[in-house]
Amino acid sequence: MRAHGAAAALLALTSGTVLLCAALALWRRAARGIVSALRVQGFALAGTAAVLGVQLHEPLLLVTAGLLVAVKGVAIPLLFGRLVQLDPSSSETDPVVNVPASLVAAVVLTLVAFVATRPIVESVRGVPITLVPFGFATVLIGFFVLVARRKAVSQMVGLLLVDNGIGLVALLLTTGVPLLIELGGTLDVLLVVVVLRVLVTRMHAELGVFDLDSLQELRD
Amino acid sequence: MTGITVWPVGVVVAQVTLFVLGAPFLVGLMRTVRCRLEGRTGPPVRQTWRDLRKLLGKQRTQPEKSSVFFAMAPVVLVATTLVVVAFAPLLSIDTVFSGGSDLFAIVFLLLLGSVSLALAALDTGTAFGGMGSSRLMAIVALAEPALLVAILALAAPVHSSSLPIIVAGSLHHPMWLATPQRILAFGAFVIVILAESGRLPVDNPATHLELTMIHEALMLEYSGPDLAFVVLGESLRLLVLLALLSNLFVPWGIATSLTGLSFVVAVVSLAAKVALLATLVAAGEVMVAKLRLFRVPELLAGAFVLSVLAVLSSLVIA
Repeated sequence: MRAHGAAAALLALTSGTVLLCAALALWRRAARGIVSALRVQGFALAGTAAVLGVQLHEPLLLVTAGLLVAVKGVAIPLLFGRLVQLDPSSSETDPVVNVPASLVAAVVLTLVAFVATRPIVESVRGVPITLVPFGFATVLIGFFVLVARRKAVSQMVGLLLVDNGIGLVALLLTTGVPLLIELGGTLDVLLVVVVLRVLVTRMHAELGVFDLDSLQELRD
Repeated sequence: MTGITVWPVGVVVAQVTLFVLGAPFLVGLMRTVRCRLEGRTGPPVRQTWRDLRKLLGKQRTQPEKSSVFFAMAPVVLVATTLVVVAFAPLLSIDTVFSGGSDLFAIVFLLLLGSVSLALAALDTGTAFGGMGSSRLMAIVALAEPALLVAILALAAPVHSSSLPIIVAGSLHHPMWLATPQRILAFGAFVIVILAESGRLPVDNPATHLELTMIHEALMLEYSGPDLAFVVLGESLRLLVLLALLSNLFVPWGIATSLTGLSFVVAVVSLAAKVALLATLVAAGEVMVAKLRLFRVPELLAGAFVLSVLAVLSSLVIA
């Protein structure tokens, strides 16, 4: 019973970290800070999978955790790191919604997530299910980052926040997506990041900035 | 008088005496840590006490046309903080007023001291005084909601905002130390404490640079014994906040039984915890630069988000 309580607390800690990192990505202005929030989030997501795997005695979940560490904790942040080095000034100096307002928006979105997932949480018993609002709030905050931030790096991070949130919800709801689907989804994201990175690098070469707002006009 | 009624009174007297004696040493310790890390020798730790003694021996001065607010503010600041010291379970869970030691009451008592200082600074009619008090009120107005919501997160698991009950609750459930809501609430508390006590990312206590100063602008007109009271009040407030932080989140060592030995253990452990926290804060101050004034709301909004997340996760996990 005691071990069960410890597992529940660990699960709450890791999935809470996923949400906290989403808020941190909104809080920080420096591109480096935003990317490190994403890195910690990847590790927290992998930690959730690992705790679930140990608790439910599912070795495949441990493989998933390893995959998540490799892709979301190491590979994707590394790709971003190169991008940040390319243009050190790519921090959010002038976001669409300023930082205090977007933090308040994050609070509101989290509340919305808690209200919206209430039917799911109440219909099923079990610790993993009660943590679903964290994942849902991460998805909503990710969408908000996509709307409220101008720089290419932050927008890509927003996309990945959405993906991590969906991943967390899937992990907690199904207690383990089949490994094949997880493999497909994760590698898909990696591919998307690689493609976006190529696009952004090209944009930097053409325009000298990472600012999506400068893509206003059509050209032949 | 039986031993049971004498004990809580003794605890109150001991708490007040030890805290008044210790607060200037805390400020001295933080200054020494900063100086050592910056490669300077710095004044000795007891220098703050020497300064206070010197100031207490000087003549009182009061600006022309200032009212009773100016004269009363230092007394109100020290008195409200001393009431908090007497109320709160700092060394022992049983104090005389433990029934009334509600976290909300403590927050508002500490706020009363800040407000009286701000009023006094306005009362002097100088430009710096008005600037300092408006800045202080802006920061307090943003810090206070974060603190109150963070308190909710701590109060939810034990269904009470009474400090002794919260402390006893975390003593009985060591697992609570690492729950997400407590970690988040801890973050919010740290940011708010740094803002309320005027430490570095928010305000630099070591300079009188007119563009940035907040707390120093408030006490610019004070001199002599009044200044001694303000300095003592500010240092007491810092000590109380750090002691509350350590008792709320790492309460081990606080006296739960009515023996002399447990009391000595409580004094030593609280001193050690506060000294550790103060060293960490001072070391952190060496690393960071002061935030621009317009960035301070971002920091405090972050504290607010942390505390809201803490409350939500305490609702989920309960």
